[in-house]
Amino acid sequence: MADRAQPVSPRLGIGAAGLVAALIFGTLAAVALRAESGRGLGSSDWAALRFTLIQACLSAGLSVALAIPVARALARRRFVGRRVLIALLGAPFILPVIVAILGLLQVFGRAGWFSSGLAVLGLEPVQIYGLHGVVLAHVFFNLPLATRLLLQGWQEIPAERFRLAAQLDADARAMRQLLEFPMLRRVVPGALAVVFAICLSSFAVALTLGGGPRATTIELAIYQAFRFDFDLGRAALLSGLQLVLTGAAALVAVKVAVGEGFGTGLDRPLQRWDGNTVAACILDGFWIVLAAGFLLLPLSAIVLAGLPGMASLTVSVWMAALNSVLVAALSTVLLLLLALPMASAVALGRGGMIEVAGILGLAASPLVIGTGLFIVIYPIADPFALALPVTALVNAVMALPFALRILVPRAREVTARYGKLSLSLDMAGWPFVWRVFLPRMRPQIGFAAGLAAALSMGDLGVIALFADPEFATLPLQVYRLMGAYRMEAAAGAALLLLTLSMAAFWILDRGGRWHAEA
Amino acid sequence: MKYLVIAAGILSTSAAIAEVPELTVYTYDSFVSDWGPGPAVEEAFEEICGCDLKLVGAGDGAALLARVKLEGARSDADVVLGLDTNLTAAAKATGLFAAHSVTADYALPLAWADTSFVPYDWGYFSFVHNADAAAPSNFKELAASDMKIVIQDPRSSTPGLGLLMWVKAAYGDAAPAIWADLSDNIVTVTKGWSEAYGLFLEGEADMVLSYTTSPAYHLIAEEDASKAAAVFDEGHYMQVEVAGKLAASDQPELADQFLSFMVSDAFQSIIPTTNWMYPAVTPAAGLPSGFETLVQPGKSLLLSEDEAASVRDVALDEWLTALSQ
Repeated sequence: MADRAQPVSPRLGIGAAGLVAALIFGTLAAVALRAESGRGLGSSDWAALRFTLIQACLSAGLSVALAIPVARALARRRFVGRRVLIALLGAPFILPVIVAILGLLQVFGRAGWFSSGLAVLGLEPVQIYGLHGVVLAHVFFNLPLATRLLLQGWQEIPAERFRLAAQLDADARAMRQLLEFPMLRRVVPGALAVVFAICLSSFAVALTLGGGPRATTIELAIYQAFRFDFDLGRAALLSGLQLVLTGAAALVAVKVAVGEGFGTGLDRPLQRWDGNTVAACILDGFWIVLAAGFLLLPLSAIVLAGLPGMASLTVSVWMAALNSVLVAALSTVLLLLLALPMASAVALGRGGMIEVAGILGLAASPLVIGTGLFIVIYPIADPFALALPVTALVNAVMALPFALRILVPRAREVTARYGKLSLSLDMAGWPFVWRVFLPRMRPQIGFAAGLAAALSMGDLGVIALFADPEFATLPLQVYRLMGAYRMEAAAGAALLLLTLSMAAFWILDRGGRWHAEA
Repeated sequence: MKYLVIAAGILSTSAAIAEVPELTVYTYDSFVSDWGPGPAVEEAFEEICGCDLKLVGAGDGAALLARVKLEGARSDADVVLGLDTNLTAAAKATGLFAAHSVTADYALPLAWADTSFVPYDWGYFSFVHNADAAAPSNFKELAASDMKIVIQDPRSSTPGLGLLMWVKAAYGDAAPAIWADLSDNIVTVTKGWSEAYGLFLEGEADMVLSYTTSPAYHLIAEEDASKAAAVFDEGHYMQVEVAGKLAASDQPELADQFLSFMVSDAFQSIIPTTNWMYPAVTPAAGLPSGFETLVQPGKSLLLSEDEAASVRDVALDEWLTALSQ
């Protein structure tokens, strides 16, 4: 196909996607090639696959299904504290797993607030351990993310559309059918695929809340292959399986998510005439209170647990915090360098494979990427010297799927609306990028950068293999404190981590300004 | 001109640093943390060795062995510290470790004759509970009670594997039945020790799999006597932590010196209140006060490294089958 005239070349984006794919498949190949002997997949691996799929499907389905009414309520309502609530939606997702689990159990555990409340009423404590516990925890992690992704879909419907619909006397049902359903049809598959991919590679959450080895996921099987059996071949095989599943989910999402966008508006303040009825107010209020309670209770448990320990943080914890901020900053820059060209290439119609490459970052087992990178780097350089850049790069690749979900819809609109105009004004290439593309993308860039920074701050990822004594990140330090019985100090360090992540997210997201208001 | 002087100064300092030999010791994470033995050990050894001791943390014992296997003979490491007797057979099979000539008057409850590895501390696995609660006195009593326990997954955790070996060593072929009876007592299985201990402290379970020395931490560091370890009359499985010299080390003399230092008073007196384990050689000053309050199992259990290696996979299958019902 001859190249159409386009405001920017998709080559950079294709290159970035190629780089991501090379990193993921290259490390996988490195691990597979290093394997000596080993056995193939056994029956326990297939059981792990089955459990992984069931819990990932349930978790993704439930997270996104619940996110729809919550995002709709947040899109329709304006209230005091809304911005803070939306910012806090990012929090569960970025917590180190162990901290989040302890927070959740403080609320829903056998000795948690919920069960204590039931005991006062003379009822049995809730039983959280089991498949439902795994799903509950995954919804806790992913409902906020899904809500943010869907909320953005609502915000991309121009205010003028709602105004027009109201002028034409469309009732709530008609507005749903004309505006909201088509939007959901475009946004929901992507959100489902992202949450599915996250839950697919779950390990500690699934095991702890699953209540035993029944809740063995593929990631745990990889872990076992690596450290219990030192069977690198099987680790690579299982990791490949994970990639195939995620790749398939991503492909389906790309195919299903069809429909034209709504175009752009004039960024007028939004008014929703369909939300003025009492019933609508009550319904929206119900969902907002429910979601806020579900998310904020465990978070406040974490804050309460952490406050006493905050006073006794040692120098090494602060040093680790500094390292984490450095990693987060570097990883955010890397992420934008990868994601922006990829998003613009997708917007130019080079979608499919780039989007799939983008989502693979989530599916790749951190253990396998880390080991693969180690095998590749070890003969040529000192892995310790590269701890910071390697951690930042891997974190950037892991944040890529979220960034693309955020950037792509807007990039499509910007290129569709301003691309031809810019070409006719002879503003192709860099002038288009600087004067049209980036300024129009600013809110989405801010959101994506904020999410990437926060994620990177909280991620243990590959650091374990590259960790040298002088370079510990804050999550690693939290684990070390716990490993040394210092649970209180660990809770304090975890609160510091939560605060830093939220601050990074808030600053970058605010840097992009008004998108949460529109 | 000034810059040249500064540059020359920098070059000569780095040259001076390069002349100090460097001994690299791979160990597990909690050993090198600020709260572990690492900092004190480094200071004490550097005083006598005229060298730079570099302690590198790499996950836990099993991750450590995987790391050494990945690096092979090219490894920068001279000494690996932190394997236990469940791993030593696999470690020897790599052929990467060299023999040692360290002898010491070990305080271990068994005779030590391993020629590749030197023990530096040890402990008994045990269930830790709140001191005011009555504890069962063996696995059968535990299984018959409605006490809730939280344990670690043997596939991802050293204590988890220790418990697997404990039940196997105590019950042999009857182990699957014990696990089946225990399954309704197990609240959940965690990835590692930290998660399990955290859950226990939050009140999610009545007992957690840890060590008989765990109450010493609460007693000595927190002045809190509310935790106790249960004594089981089947005996308690031991963990003996060891270190070994890599055959490909470029500092073999220093590595030998480190292994000897490891069983000396200077090292051994650091262990009890940083690693919260029993030292392999009792220091001249004795154990720190508080350790005398710890329970003493009547019988110690330990499978030899070959037995451990051979029953490991069977025991894991039994465990998985019993708990997946």
